[in-house]
Amino acid sequence: MSSLFSVAMLAETLRISAPYACAAVGGVWAERAGIVQIGLEGVLLSGAFAAVAVAVASGSMALGLAAGVALGVGVSMLHATLVEKTRIDAVVSGIALNLLAFSATRLALRALYDSASNSPSIAGFRFGPTGTSGTDMLLRTLLDPVTVIAVLAIAASPFVFAETRFGLRVRAVGENPTAARAAGINVSRTRLAALAVSGAMTALGGVHLAFDQHRFESGMSGGRGFIALAAVVLSGWRPARAAVLCLAFGWLEAVQLRLQDVSRGSSLATLTQLLPYVATLLVLALGLGRRAAPAGLGRHAE
Amino acid sequence: MSAVAARLARSLTPPRVRVLFAIAGALLLLNLLSWAFGAAPLETLAEAYSGTWGTGYGIGQVLFKSTTLLFTGLAFVVALRVGLFNIGAEGQLGLASLGVAVLGSRLPANMPALVAIPLMLACAIAIGAGYAGLAGVLRARLGVHEIISGIMLNRVVDVVLPWLLVAVLGAVSLRTANIAPAASLMKLSAVVNSLAGSAASIAFPLAVVVVFATFAWLERSRVGREFAWVGKSPSVCTAQGIDVPKRRVQAMLLSGALAGLVATGTVLGYEGAFELGLGAGAGFSGIAVAMLGRTSPAALIFSALVFGTLAQAGLAINALVPREAMGVLEAVVILLVGAVAIAAEPETPLTEPVAPKVSAP
Repeated sequence: MSSLFSVAMLAETLRISAPYACAAVGGVWAERAGIVQIGLEGVLLSGAFAAVAVAVASGSMALGLAAGVALGVGVSMLHATLVEKTRIDAVVSGIALNLLAFSATRLALRALYDSASNSPSIAGFRFGPTGTSGTDMLLRTLLDPVTVIAVLAIAASPFVFAETRFGLRVRAVGENPTAARAAGINVSRTRLAALAVSGAMTALGGVHLAFDQHRFESGMSGGRGFIALAAVVLSGWRPARAAVLCLAFGWLEAVQLRLQDVSRGSSLATLTQLLPYVATLLVLALGLGRRAAPAGLGRHAE
Repeated sequence: MSAVAARLARSLTPPRVRVLFAIAGALLLLNLLSWAFGAAPLETLAEAYSGTWGTGYGIGQVLFKSTTLLFTGLAFVVALRVGLFNIGAEGQLGLASLGVAVLGSRLPANMPALVAIPLMLACAIAIGAGYAGLAGVLRARLGVHEIISGIMLNRVVDVVLPWLLVAVLGAVSLRTANIAPAASLMKLSAVVNSLAGSAASIAFPLAVVVVFATFAWLERSRVGREFAWVGKSPSVCTAQGIDVPKRRVQAMLLSGALAGLVATGTVLGYEGAFELGLGAGAGFSGIAVAMLGRTSPAALIFSALVFGTLAQAGLAINALVPREAMGVLEAVVILLVGAVAIAAEPETPLTEPVAPKVSAP
């Protein structure tokens, strides 16, 4: 049991949960602004792909990071534009963007690297000690620039929501777009800005995923966007709680990986993957600690 | 681009025009993509045509792909009538397909087809309806929004299917045993020789009949009419004494049953077993089919044929342009149709607001 709470395990948990936490906080940003975002999966994928493609082409990981975040912002703002300007149903738009990101990245893999499954490998950021002890692993994780930026952005989110003019406006358009408009807030522009933040946060998770695997793989987001969505709902649309939930999900996944190492074919370990989904369904169904979604979620200003 | 699309649509209001508009947009995009991949644009189109409507085999494959889409598209339409988004069709059809295949493989060898096939249909309907009913009850009685529950229930199936196949059924290659011959559906090529070799089965005419019957029932029966009223205004319905939660659960049950019937085309009509990934993606494509063709049975059939053609054309052009291009195309069609549909009739939103509301049960 002690190995489940070791320093190495902590490093592993941090590494695994980073993409979840980024996507979940990104989801909170979108939905607190009142835009249903089930396209987190697509934003993760596009961010991961752009990061790898630019890193391969330029050899610079920093440029890759910037490109990943930029494409994530673009896709996320496309979603906001479709929903706000053409009034497409946000669920339909989200599903279409997930499909678009999945197919377009596969198409680009074929076009750029003539491969159906993965890109050439990239170096990723390498800082800190190279050893295999738990402390070395933890240091390496903590010194990773993508992780550092992600942690800072996640930590800043609750403060931005609670204290800044921008955060308050985002919450206002998310709670009651009609009233916000009457108060002189430009609802569409505020939502677009919030979705840009959401896209940057989520794509950061995608970049982390790709740099961590040292390449892009087709469909590599693997449902993380949906787990993040579960965390958004479970957290009651609160960024700090969403991130903490993602740490818990990450720890579970780390435990599961460990179990699979120890006893191969332990099929019950597979079922621990169900936990985020079942927990979400149970919490919602039983109304445990239920907190209302932003009241203006999915509504337009009238 | 969508602003231009919206303006165009306002001048050309009939729904048929908007469908043509989306198809034209898709064809344009296909040409652009093939140009990017160095193929002459018309060459790709010619290849796509000869791989789909150009040969008997191609037509059969289109009908096969459209069978699945007819059921999932109709499933989405039914739930939409009461204002619900059944985006859980993906999970419902996966679970039902596995159930049907397992039951089919365990039928006694001497069971006649007249007993076996109705049994198979009942199994598909029961599993699909049951799983969708769960989302329906969660929504109608406990106030859990069906989009959140639908996503979660889909993911549960994604995890459970491989686990069931490997750990419970002991399948080595993520595939069940073959179903009994009596349970399989007749291939269409047995009637129409020119479809030889294709995967189309009598599940296609079955799907067409189901589409017409379901639309007729929605339009003419008391319950079907009430579905539409519940979708338009739940609060008025409650005031008028219509049991809104009950109608919502019923619509989800019917929707899931239709999604479950996908197994007729895939498991019973084609594969003769279930393997992981069979029918996958049809649940989401069904949403696109419904967006394009939710107004009438003929429109829905046309729409399913369009998306079925897209899917099959993707395989046909794979040598020239990677078939993933069709996924891109499908996404763009969904967005175009969505943008144009809503611009053309701004006063009728597709559903009530989709917020995961915390309404009192």
